[in-house]
Amino acid sequence: MAAQLTLGPILFHWPAAARRDFYARIADEAPVGTVYLGEVVCSKRAPFFDEHILDVAARLERGGKTVVLSSLCEVMLKRERDMIREFAAIADREIEVNDASALFHASGRPHRIGTMMNVYNEVTLAALARRGATHFCLPGEVTRAAVSVLAARAAELGVGIEVQVFGRLSLAVSARCYHARAHGRAKDNCQFVCEEDPDGMTLSTIAGQPFLAVNGIQTLSHSYVDLLAELGDIVGLGVTHLRLSPHTQDMVATASVFRDVLDGRIEATEGQARLRALRPEASFSNGFWHGKAGHIHTAAAMRAG
Amino acid sequence: MNRPELVCPAGTPAALRTAVDAGADAVYCGFQNATNARNFPGLNFTMPEMERSVAYAHAHGTKVLLAVNTFPPAGKFPLWREAIDAGNQLGVDAFIVADIGVAEYVVTTCPERRLHLSVQAAASSPEAIRYYCREFGVRRVVLPRILTIPEIRAMGQEIPCEMETFIFGNHGLMVEGRCSLTNYVTGLSTNMDGVCSPASQVRYEPDARGGLESRLGAFTIDCFARTEKAGYPTICKGRYLADCRTGPYYAFEEPISLNLSMLLPDLIRSGVHAFKIEGRQRSRAYVKSVVSAFRTSVDAILAGSEPQLDDLVALTEGRKQTEGAFKSKAWR
Amino acid sequence: MVTNEFPPPVRAALSVALLPLQPLLGRIVTRIAARYPEILERLGPHQSTRFVIEPTDLPFALLLRPEPGDLLLRAYPRGEPLACDARISGRFMQLLRLIDCDEDGDAMFFSRDLVISGDTEAVVTLRNALDDVDGSVATSIAAMFGPPGRAALAGLRRFGGWSHRETREMP
Repeated sequence: MAAQLTLGPILFHWPAAARRDFYARIADEAPVGTVYLGEVVCSKRAPFFDEHILDVAARLERGGKTVVLSSLCEVMLKRERDMIREFAAIADREIEVNDASALFHASGRPHRIGTMMNVYNEVTLAALARRGATHFCLPGEVTRAAVSVLAARAAELGVGIEVQVFGRLSLAVSARCYHARAHGRAKDNCQFVCEEDPDGMTLSTIAGQPFLAVNGIQTLSHSYVDLLAELGDIVGLGVTHLRLSPHTQDMVATASVFRDVLDGRIEATEGQARLRALRPEASFSNGFWHGKAGHIHTAAAMRAG
Repeated sequence: MNRPELVCPAGTPAALRTAVDAGADAVYCGFQNATNARNFPGLNFTMPEMERSVAYAHAHGTKVLLAVNTFPPAGKFPLWREAIDAGNQLGVDAFIVADIGVAEYVVTTCPERRLHLSVQAAASSPEAIRYYCREFGVRRVVLPRILTIPEIRAMGQEIPCEMETFIFGNHGLMVEGRCSLTNYVTGLSTNMDGVCSPASQVRYEPDARGGLESRLGAFTIDCFARTEKAGYPTICKGRYLADCRTGPYYAFEEPISLNLSMLLPDLIRSGVHAFKIEGRQRSRAYVKSVVSAFRTSVDAILAGSEPQLDDLVALTEGRKQTEGAFKSKAWR
Repeated sequence: MVTNEFPPPVRAALSVALLPLQPLLGRIVTRIAARYPEILERLGPHQSTRFVIEPTDLPFALLLRPEPGDLLLRAYPRGEPLACDARISGRFMQLLRLIDCDEDGDAMFFSRDLVISGDTEAVVTLRNALDDVDGSVATSIAAMFGPPGRAALAGLRRFGGWSHRETREMP
């Protein structure tokens, strides 16, 4: 199967040193073809890694990876608008846009479209492709039925289609920082408290049921998406790229599990067992893919048409 | 001083007539399906109802803005196309859209119709708005409820289209059009199905101490003590537990409503072209009170006198109100 | 535990006392359905839903099933176990105010003057359907009883402290 694994941008606030070490290992060992770099969630975090980003990109490229730079998903302030203008001027690498501000600058020349861009249907896909989009990472809530239509249209247009197959799913973004709020601080005085939760801060219901994960202005699913059992089907529909969203667990091992299942070296059930061993406390879900509530985990065998 | 348009909600034909009679300059409404972002049970318009309602509004000099502001899922685009075709045929005054494909369909089939960019498009910077103006000829943007008044004023100087701001109703901080929380819990999508915490999956259960527990699908969203004001189980207005907190807290926001009545003069001076009242899901009684109050107030300001505003707090969620983002950005 | 439930003998006596009310309720629901067909249309799948409407300060509850051709509105003594899909409870004056289209249902719920349980979608749909009428359902019911009916409603409105301004009829 020709489908390529990719590593999405790190959504959480990891220290710069941790990021450098993480990518050094990815560069040498992970069976992924493309790595997305850049701060997508919070503009305040961006300066910490900015000074390292070109070195890391070069390091990944020496390891044979394609590097794509991802943009902020929320652009309001002057500083953020300036960041986006500079971002869109990048000429030596591919860029992935996550908001219409970046699209304003990038339209008309080649660019990728990120998950935050709400490409839900084939008409929007074609409209953006006509304006220079070459590749689309679809929103987390797309269903199998929708992907089958989108992938078919993408193939006609000669553009790539990417679906997130692992990791907590971004469910919402806000103008307010919920990490700062939880700690009784304002966003402007957050003291980067989000760094304490490198996989997100668990929110449980009053009944004690784990529900969501907070990451600054972003809210993610508490469950980790796992589409290992669906990989064959996904690739069969014409999806060209499969995204793994970075977490603190061993991502080289995670990528290897997905590669092994994709290549038929192991069965999906064995892959799932290995994946769960890498993060024993996690719960997993695949509801969106099956057209159900996102938090649900459905056995692939029970898939109805 | 420009004369801002008062844009009022119409969830049913009766609510539309109520808004028109109460002095709305424009009403916004949608069809009875997933093409609009308030696809709630028992609400919205059939084709014949829309036809009669457009006639009623136009006979009274009120504009009709048709909300086709959800995102069509792949393979379902024809329903959105039909909504645009129907609105065009009925002569609505503008389409409110969020999806790029839908915007492009309007521009290619009826370029003479005004296009308004829905808040669901989440365009929060001048460049984002200019993208939609440049590519699709958008004439007005509905600004997200997250900008301060100085930010709105600055925005107005950088974009080539009109600005519409919310002045009353739901106070939401999640970026609209970018929220899949409801779908994660219920399997119904806010972006594609036009629902938010669908009533079909809402349950209120009394607890042993006279409290009231609100549930959405498989998750408890909140629990109200006997004397506490209640709220609808919207996920972003629930109470949750976190390790760094003792006891349940409003992790996202408190059930509170936006009320900018005191800021209207500032907003007018900031160059806002239209004031939007939220609440297509609310009753005729709500529409009558809120629209009348704001009509009187806007007219008073334009006439150079002090605005007199009735107390609208009883109509607000949790019976609490805020000026939200508009006054300062300390809440972020 | 609701305090004003009655023991079985009292309930039996109440059932007898409610007898003269039943044909009246039947006439009311038939008349309203004929006067406002749009209410039933808007109810869609909830035409067959069984609603219990419970004035918490009166000794009885109403059972409503708004199914065209098989309309049901009947009074039962409080405490009678009634099978229903959705229940709306509140003080009589609050419930009257709701069908007089004078009070916003959401506002009443936020203030907890209204308590709903069971099928929330059914209640929301009923609320939205009742709201899509010109004038007021309460006015129409009162008008069935001629001048005494209108006077009674006017008295109740005065007592409750609200007035009803009729919205214009469709041309």
